[in-house]
Amino acid sequence: MKGRRLLSVAMAVLLVLSFPLAAAASQTLGVVISTLNNPFFVTLKDGAEEKAKELGVELVIYDAQDDSAKMTSSMEDLIQKKVGGILVNPTDADAVVPSILKANAAGIPVFTIDRGATSGEVVTHIASDNVAGGKMAGEFLAEKIGGKGKVVELVGIPGTSAARDRGKGFHEAMEGYPDIEIVASQAADFNRDRGLAVFENILQAQPEIDGVFAHNDEMVLGAIAAAEAAGRKGIVFVGFDAVGDAVKAVKDGRLAATVAQQPKEMGLLGVEYAVKYLGGETIPDNVPVPLMLVTE
Amino acid sequence: MKAGKGGVLTRKVLFSPYVVLGSVLAALCAALALMEPRFLTVSNLVNILRQSSILGIIALGMTCVILVRGIDLSVGSVVALSSLVGAALVKGGVPFYAAWGAALLAGGACGALNGFTVAWMRVPPFIVTLGMMGAARGAALLFTGGAPISGFPEVFRLPGTGWFAGVPLPVLVFAGVFAALFVLLELSSWGEQVRSIGSNPVAAWGSAIPVPAITASVFVLSGVLAGLAGLVLAGRLDAAQPTAGLGYEFGAIAAAVLGGSQFSGGKGTLFGTLMGVLIMGVIGNGINVLNVNPFYEQVVRGLVIAAALVFYGRVSAGNPA
Repeated sequence: MKGRRLLSVAMAVLLVLSFPLAAAASQTLGVVISTLNNPFFVTLKDGAEEKAKELGVELVIYDAQDDSAKMTSSMEDLIQKKVGGILVNPTDADAVVPSILKANAAGIPVFTIDRGATSGEVVTHIASDNVAGGKMAGEFLAEKIGGKGKVVELVGIPGTSAARDRGKGFHEAMEGYPDIEIVASQAADFNRDRGLAVFENILQAQPEIDGVFAHNDEMVLGAIAAAEAAGRKGIVFVGFDAVGDAVKAVKDGRLAATVAQQPKEMGLLGVEYAVKYLGGETIPDNVPVPLMLVTE
Repeated sequence: MKAGKGGVLTRKVLFSPYVVLGSVLAALCAALALMEPRFLTVSNLVNILRQSSILGIIALGMTCVILVRGIDLSVGSVVALSSLVGAALVKGGVPFYAAWGAALLAGGACGALNGFTVAWMRVPPFIVTLGMMGAARGAALLFTGGAPISGFPEVFRLPGTGWFAGVPLPVLVFAGVFAALFVLLELSSWGEQVRSIGSNPVAAWGSAIPVPAITASVFVLSGVLAGLAGLVLAGRLDAAQPTAGLGYEFGAIAAAVLGGSQFSGGKGTLFGTLMGVLIMGVIGNGINVLNVNPFYEQVVRGLVIAAALVFYGRVSAGNPA
């Protein structure tokens, strides 16, 4: 009798003890977001919450308010709580490194979203697929001008990953259209006033331009200003990033399209892959998040 | 043949900095015209002038600052801040001329703060204007939370987009600034005092020149001109941005130095700076017109400027004047 009672007490204690332990080990994910003062990241958080609900995972969400110190203390809290994994959207790629090293030491896997980390052990980085975005923009532009003609590429700051990837995707798309010629490919440094001046110069050199793809919206907005001032009509412009002014230009019909990131997808995929990893699956080092064309 | 007075004079004229700079510019243009016939069209030359006017307006102010042994690193940030002030006001319903005035005032205020700290607090201009470069940029970012202000009334945009008698207004604004500064520097006592402070500050202190006031006034001038450049830029883009004017200080300093300004003060002319601005403008245009690979762009730009400076230095060293 005594032995059975002891056993049941022990089992009860074990159950009570093991339940939260198990939950903490695999069912709770910490999420640190750079700022919830920006709709982009709020949407990202919503996506993460949606997926967590679907998969029955608990999320502990921290808002770093664009403050690296706050991000660090949030990460430390999550390490103390022994969460199963940490999804972090760093305020800064360098500032997040010490926290990641601490999580590594505590054996808690870390996943980065949107912004990466310069060092430390990260399971996977979940971010927009700029190559696919450039390709998508290129194909849209090519179709829009009827598969033939002369196009101009406005390049971002040479050597940056965004300029490399977006340009790579664009050129991949152009290879599928032998009747399209890239007549100029010039750097305008992601900057609106450089975009204006550089495109003014290109307009001087090229009497015929059917389309323009710029590695970001700032440059394409500058190029549109240049074309309008010069009275050059009929050029199809495609930008990248879907910033406020560009979305407005799309609505006004001055910009044909801009490529938008999908923060909700980032949140969804972040939680999905973290849960997969914790369930013992192997996942890739990089999870590319698909992009979307904004055309109206 | 005796080397008479005429020979010396010919040498002087031939090797004067203006002739040298002019030949560099002409050589550049000739080379570009040979490589791409479209370079040498009236519309492209007008285009270069229009593009160069923003940097030009700033570089003329920079020339005056360098004349008094100063430097103004804050011009790019002041361009952003003052154009945002003007933009916010005109979007808020203030008449366009008042918004213009406020933008110039904002530039002048930044310049005055620079000038006061340099002239009366005796802090080196490099440090002072480096501080203002950060402060004005930060203020611009805080002002709009990082977002641009865009979509202005046509009349507000005129300094950037207008035309008069077949000449773009930015070019006329640049020409007006050049003429006004020419009168001030060459014909007024202010100009004389500016030059004497730069060439020999000790002697200037000893004489009756109000050194701090004159020094400060030069920084105010640079600030106001940065504000004016900001208005031209905002007009051209139909947008004012907290990130506008990044790196303009380097362009302006490079143009002034290319034009013969020396950091040791007292030397430098508006005409030289004008040449420097045009040379930089032609290089930028040429790179785009010839579709030079973006990876080579910086190299080409750097090499042309360095070559011009070396050539210029050699020839001026041989100049008896």
